[in-house]
Amino acid sequence: MVGIKSYGAYIPRYRMNHNTIFTAVGFLGTFPPPGENAVANHDEDALSMAVAAGIDCLSGMKREIVDGLYLATTSQPYMVRQNSALIATALDLQANMRTADFIGSTKSGTTALLSAFDTVRGEMSSNILVCASDCRLSKPGSPQESLYGDGAASLLVGSDDVIATFEGSYSVSYDFPDRWRASGEKFEHAWEDRFIRDSGYSQFIPEVISGLLKKYNLNIKDFTKIAYPGLYARGHGAIAKQLGADPGQLQDTLLSTVGDTGSASPLMMLVAALEDAKPGDKILVASFGNGSDALFFQVTERIENIKGKRAVKKHLNSKKELTSYEKYLAFRNLAPMDLGMRGEISIRTPMSALFRERKVVLALCGSKCKKCGTPQYPYQRVCVNPDCGAIDQMEDYRFSDKKGVVFTYTGDNLAASIDPPSVYGLVDFDGGGRFWFDFVDCDLDSVKVGMPVEMTFRRRYVDESGGVHGYSWKAMPIRA
Amino acid sequence: MAEGIKDKVAIIGMGCTKFGELWDKSADDLMVDAYKECIEDAGIEKKDINAAWFGVHFEEQSVGKGATSLALALKLPFIPVTRTENFCATATEAFRGACYGVASGAYDIALALGVEKLKDTGYGGLPGNPGLMGTKNALIMPKLTAPGAFAMLATRYFSVYGLSPEEGKRMLAKVSAKSHYNGARNPKAHLRREVTEEQIINAPIIAWPLGLFDCCGVSDGAAAAIVTRADMAKKFRPDPVYVKTLQIALSSGEELMYTKWDGAHVETGYRAGMLAYKEAGIKNPREEISMAEVHDCFSITEAVTMEDLQFSPRGKVKEDIEAGRFNLDGPQPIQPDGGLKCFGHPIGASGLRMLYEMYKQLQGKAQLPERQIKNPRLGLTHNMGGFPAMNIVSVAIIGL
Repeated sequence: MVGIKSYGAYIPRYRMNHNTIFTAVGFLGTFPPPGENAVANHDEDALSMAVAAGIDCLSGMKREIVDGLYLATTSQPYMVRQNSALIATALDLQANMRTADFIGSTKSGTTALLSAFDTVRGEMSSNILVCASDCRLSKPGSPQESLYGDGAASLLVGSDDVIATFEGSYSVSYDFPDRWRASGEKFEHAWEDRFIRDSGYSQFIPEVISGLLKKYNLNIKDFTKIAYPGLYARGHGAIAKQLGADPGQLQDTLLSTVGDTGSASPLMMLVAALEDAKPGDKILVASFGNGSDALFFQVTERIENIKGKRAVKKHLNSKKELTSYEKYLAFRNLAPMDLGMRGEISIRTPMSALFRERKVVLALCGSKCKKCGTPQYPYQRVCVNPDCGAIDQMEDYRFSDKKGVVFTYTGDNLAASIDPPSVYGLVDFDGGGRFWFDFVDCDLDSVKVGMPVEMTFRRRYVDESGGVHGYSWKAMPIRA
Repeated sequence: MAEGIKDKVAIIGMGCTKFGELWDKSADDLMVDAYKECIEDAGIEKKDINAAWFGVHFEEQSVGKGATSLALALKLPFIPVTRTENFCATATEAFRGACYGVASGAYDIALALGVEKLKDTGYGGLPGNPGLMGTKNALIMPKLTAPGAFAMLATRYFSVYGLSPEEGKRMLAKVSAKSHYNGARNPKAHLRREVTEEQIINAPIIAWPLGLFDCCGVSDGAAAAIVTRADMAKKFRPDPVYVKTLQIALSSGEELMYTKWDGAHVETGYRAGMLAYKEAGIKNPREEISMAEVHDCFSITEAVTMEDLQFSPRGKVKEDIEAGRFNLDGPQPIQPDGGLKCFGHPIGASGLRMLYEMYKQLQGKAQLPERQIKNPRLGLTHNMGGFPAMNIVSVAIIGL
């Protein structure tokens, strides 16, 4: 029976209170509901967050089993250059796999998940990693700004050892023009909220859930948790009432703690539901965006075996408030910042070199000497151990999932950075290997020699003249 | 067993421009200025020069590739000119090439000239260059700046030897204060003002824990030397200065990628020193080396170099600094000319600028009597290019 084998999520460290936004640009709009949004750091985007959620999902699993990767997003950095293939490379997954980007609608998260179930049920792949991630750019002062949050979810779909079986689905599709963004545009357009709420949100979700109940002869009371996006607080409650669901059955929408994470939203809610699930629980999930998909699951006994995931809960509690709206604008490149002439220097990414070195650059793979056992990054042909020096006796060795400690560090005010000082240093990896990395998601004052760190996949630069979003790995304090 | 270079080559003339933010001087002007002083000092003419070695690092910043710019600036008459580039050891590499050229017997007289015109970038600090460490590194290395890279050496030194940031910064402040004292007395230096330890400690942070005065200046300059075979030297002047050793050592990668290096010293510095002492026949550098110009791109670099070159025992440089050992009037003056700290660091010129100071001191010709070190016998120069975890170090010793 196909189902979910593992789950993971990612919520960026920064949170911005709605008040911060209102204080800065409140004159442009109405007072937002209380709460805060998860805000991606300046070097994060939908792609990097999908990798982070994927790492959480695959922790404790063998990566070799994964033979498919589906990405769902509406904020993919690349229009051409498959984002899912880049994520698969970053996760050091095999090349023999199916990859696909599901884009264009916030419904894409559930659609990607449905497609993964279909693919596995059709025995075209065995284990598909589904990542749903959104980091949407909203126009300063727009209603979306305090509504949208950044986050990602990841689910491993397979047919054995599942923690929740996929029991069925029901979908509706409408060309509902609530929000749209044409090719080449930076920001979304939106029609009036009352139209979105009354003609879309409050129609499609009841329709799709009722359709599902009818199709499988179920009662709404059968479900332990019901998860659907909470774009409108009052509308969210009204739908439950209309369906006859108790408030206790409703999965928290994360709207006041993370924000509306678009494609990721229903999957993040599903992950959060799975974190609390017990064997036998039934979970219903529905999306919203140009219609809706509803899916339902039954939790198996294997749910008890899932351990060590950060998922939604741990990420929610690991946060730092971003108190400066101006800094947020700088992070999103929405205010032109002077990095000095030093910061204007860039080289065009040599794409052939990037492809050749993709395991080193994107997957943080080095080598391990078969003769002396020394791990080394980047990949070396001649062993770096001065007492060994063996030539071509290497095997691949992945550092991205190794922890390490700070060997030394600095906070550099001269280096061009959107968030100075630029903190970087040398990391000694547990099990061997040393290299220098940028440090991120940390404050200079908290960094110490010997501090434990882990690796995180981040956007390294955006070369606007070359149209390149470059990625590599950075070190960060271990996120509790 | 190789014989080495000891006493086979002599310096018979040197020149050095004033260093500084020379807005009205081009690289060509600097080359001509250094060359002019150099041949006048040697008492030779252009036709006597058989070959030249030319050091410049950021060629894209000023002179372009190759060695033609030197040949054209000096109107060298169709003789061999070779360009050298090896990070901050660039000028010392030019000097090494010239010395090997005459020592081999291929030439009688050779010119080494190093130049760097840095102040045409439009911003402070060294020119940024994402391709500095090659294509692969550009994709995976942090965007290090020089202050940041050496700040990591300070962080590590403080950690390994248990210095609080306050103790560490105080130690480093003494290093810079000493160099500013010397530079203030040198008409060719760029920064000619004495600064107090308090000013140094309270200066803005460039890269934690290094502040403004822990960093050397960025300036324009050129320096040059004329060398000949030792047996010919006395024909040109009564007081030639002899080359005792020329060594360089480069990182093997084990500092950056293997986990044995302690990060509180520069391995290449120690290795190049050992090679140099062997070639020069020096047993006790702390006692035998009269004075030195070392690569004080940052205060921490000088402090650590004192240990790498065995002037101070490991972890003990603080005691020597506090005792004033390296002051102009101390037993082993370091940076008598003010160092990179006060001259700034036009990369391609610095190694020859250091040799110029040692050469003049050995001849008893420091410009002002108060700058003259009493009866020096051996002077050492040291350059370190790159970053503490991945670099090149050169060591040269010259003497009477």
